[in-house]
Amino acid sequence: MQATASAATPEAVRPPRHHYLNVDYGLRSWLLTTDHKRIGILYLLSITFFFAVGGIYATLIRLELLTPQGDLVSSDTYNRLFTMHGVMMIFFFLVPSIPAVLGNFLIPLMIGAKDVAFPKLNLASWYMYMIGAGLTMYSLLHGGVDTGWTFYTPFSSSYSNSFVAATALGIFVNGFSSIFTGLNFLVTIHRMRAPGMTWFRLPLFIWSHYATSLIMVLGTPVLAITLVLLFLERVFQIGFFDPALGGDPVLFQHFFWFYSHPAVYIMILPSLGVISEIVAAFARKPIFGYKFVALASMGIAILGFLVWGHHLFLSSQSAYAALVFSVLTMLIAVPSAIKVFNWMATLYRGSIEYSTPMFYALGFIGLFTIGGLTGLMLGTLGIDVHVHDTYFVVAHFHYIMVGGALMGYLGGLHYWWPKITGRLYSGFWSHLSALLVFLGFNLTFFPQFILGYLGMPRRYHVYPPEFQVLHVLSTAGASILAVGYLLPMVYFIWSLKYGDYAGRNPWGAVGLEWQATSPPALHNFEEIPVVDFEPYQYKGAPVAQRLPYRIAKYGA
Amino acid sequence: MKFFDFPLFPETASTLAREVDAVYFFALSVSAFFSLLIALFIFIFFVKYRRQRTAEIGVPIHGSTTLEIVWSLIPLVITMVLFAWGAKVFLHALTPPPDAREYFATGKQWMWKIQHPEGQREINQLHVPVGEPIKLTLTSEDVIHSFYIPAFRVKHDVLPGRYTTVWFEATRTGTYHLFCAEYCGTEHSKMIGTVTVMEPDDYETWLAGGPAKSPVASGAELFVKYACNTCHMEAGSGRGPLLHGIYGQPVTLAGGQQVVRDDNYLRESILRSGAKVVAGYQPLMPVFQGQISEEGVMHLIAYIKSLTGDESPGAAGGGAGAADGTGG
Ligand SMILES: [Cu+2]
Ligand SMILES: [Cu+2]
Repeated sequence: MQATASAATPEAVRPPRHHYLNVDYGLRSWLLTTDHKRIGILYLLSITFFFAVGGIYATLIRLELLTPQGDLVSSDTYNRLFTMHGVMMIFFFLVPSIPAVLGNFLIPLMIGAKDVAFPKLNLASWYMYMIGAGLTMYSLLHGGVDTGWTFYTPFSSSYSNSFVAATALGIFVNGFSSIFTGLNFLVTIHRMRAPGMTWFRLPLFIWSHYATSLIMVLGTPVLAITLVLLFLERVFQIGFFDPALGGDPVLFQHFFWFYSHPAVYIMILPSLGVISEIVAAFARKPIFGYKFVALASMGIAILGFLVWGHHLFLSSQSAYAALVFSVLTMLIAVPSAIKVFNWMATLYRGSIEYSTPMFYALGFIGLFTIGGLTGLMLGTLGIDVHVHDTYFVVAHFHYIMVGGALMGYLGGLHYWWPKITGRLYSGFWSHLSALLVFLGFNLTFFPQFILGYLGMPRRYHVYPPEFQVLHVLSTAGASILAVGYLLPMVYFIWSLKYGDYAGRNPWGAVGLEWQATSPPALHNFEEIPVVDFEPYQYKGAPVAQRLPYRIAKYGA
Repeated sequence: MKFFDFPLFPETASTLAREVDAVYFFALSVSAFFSLLIALFIFIFFVKYRRQRTAEIGVPIHGSTTLEIVWSLIPLVITMVLFAWGAKVFLHALTPPPDAREYFATGKQWMWKIQHPEGQREINQLHVPVGEPIKLTLTSEDVIHSFYIPAFRVKHDVLPGRYTTVWFEATRTGTYHLFCAEYCGTEHSKMIGTVTVMEPDDYETWLAGGPAKSPVASGAELFVKYACNTCHMEAGSGRGPLLHGIYGQPVTLAGGQQVVRDDNYLRESILRSGAKVVAGYQPLMPVFQGQISEEGVMHLIAYIKSLTGDESPGAAGGGAGAADGTGG
């Protein structure tokens, strides 16, 4: 790597002569790589592209909703916009985001392994993702789908005049990338931990990925089966869901949410792990109640499989079923609250550094709390009668999936960027991006809670004029949010050439990944590390050696 | 319209609306309290424990089982209260009072067709008297819709092939939004209408405004038109069960299973008679699926409900405890 950093760079922070990025430069070396770090980078590039595609749809939606009339696009187009926005963001961005990028890159580094258990399967997962995305892009370029990302029958199977079958096939294929990734992580975490790395010495990032992988492996096949049934009904008129063919439309909803509720935890659990890492690192302190936080992830994963019926309170499900699903949904409040309270307690008597990842983590805690509490309202039967299928739901799940999962992803990316690339990025611009994302997000989605309680249904192309002011506020917030998302793209790319060298441990954090070089060597460690310390053990650890250099450059 | 002239809270125009709002305000205050508490603690810690020296580390505190138990139990207790309160409101919302006026509503892409007990029909309009419980039996002719009146806080999905219900008692006269809340295709956002709540006298006047045939009368005509009377009446051949007074009663099927003859059972038996045959009868009845409109089926059911009096032999030996069926 060329020496673009200043001549004053201390020798100790220079990147190693050989690392995973410069072992080979050819396209083949990337497309046929089995290195978990390079596969993480492949995923990073592809999900960023699909995030941009989903973001363009979101922009068009927000512009259309500036006025109550349908004046920018037709109703058919609008329906395709929100469907493709959901499909792209959920299946091709949020589900793979943290696991496939940061999880791939970091799990072997954090447990002291050379790679994941099945490196070729890991590469295959990226190809499944790309094939699935290709099929979905095919349907998108030919006009897209208008069923909503939930594909409710019999509309999707018998009535829609759009590319349902191709999209369903794309999501079906993409599901295998999830299954491969989950399987790989489970086996890796079980079998490849370094000597001394016991289960309760694992970083919480690993625990949350273990829980996520369980859901990926057990839940995704149900989605695959559901999509196959949908495909068969649509293409061959075999009646599973359409009453006109002898099927049951609510059966589809049961199947769909049996995967898609746990899928919410595929999206949020990894970011809970990221936040635990960031809070510990920037408070320089063990996580308060480590075991409770670790087991809370498992609790969320298991309970997550038992609550799908809370999406069907008004679908003619029996009242008894609704009662059971409501009470089980309430129970998820307990492990979620354990997480939030323990992060809060970790800050107590910490040594807190005001840095970009920490700002993202704080923003996450706020938005996740609001998202979780409004989730309880939706799980309350008497409130759901009113707010089900309104903007209240839209606001709630954006607080969890954008305010939560995406904030966690960005926080993690800022935290490990120096490890991944060996470079530091601008402190000022990154602080600004965290602030803009937080403010823009709240301005976009908080008004939608009010809209929802007012009764504005979701997926409405035209709407009564009294809702306009709140929609205008929401669109204004979205434009701030867009700037907040574009900034990191600029300064991250800038850092690749102009950023200063990071050194092994720019934050002064503990954790095996910070013992490796930045960027790490092809096989991660010079020698397999031996773990003789507890997780987040700052006492007695040589943590701050590289810090004065970074702080002098970038401020605290 | 001035910029600041927009609502932040919906109108409250039914008995149920007050109940829903009460749970909502409880949830909202608990949420606001805990959000602010967490934000306050984080803010204080963030300011107070800011790093002073670059090599400083935090005090290694590992946790406290007591605290973990406390902050697990508090959310548990609060959410159980929330659950119980919400469940009470929900069950109330699901159970129409027995004296409710019965309306029919059919959803189709993209309109609502509504019929009054007296027979008046409306499209995307619903006129109701204030202070009287109103029950709507809902079904769809195509995809899933959802019948939603925000000012009344009532909503229920409207499905093809089965009946669902909503009920409400309006407390204030005025006009309110009627929305389709379940995405149903191109014109989903135009599948809207108005609910007009009137004083009972005004409602009577409105009802008298148009000629109408009651659903029971229409049902009686259909009963003869489709020759149901040849098998299901005393004067008939006796090949089918008699229908007097059977509504809401349990019956034993040919397979030994017990069901309650509710709206969904009658609907299924009219359209696909072979699905649930009463014990002691042959499956001789023709299939009417695709031949009678959804409205026609509702009329026939209204007519059957109106037949009171003699117990039919088929209902003998009915037991208790059959579940509220939602077949179809
Ligand atoms: Cu859910
Ligand atoms: Cu509709």
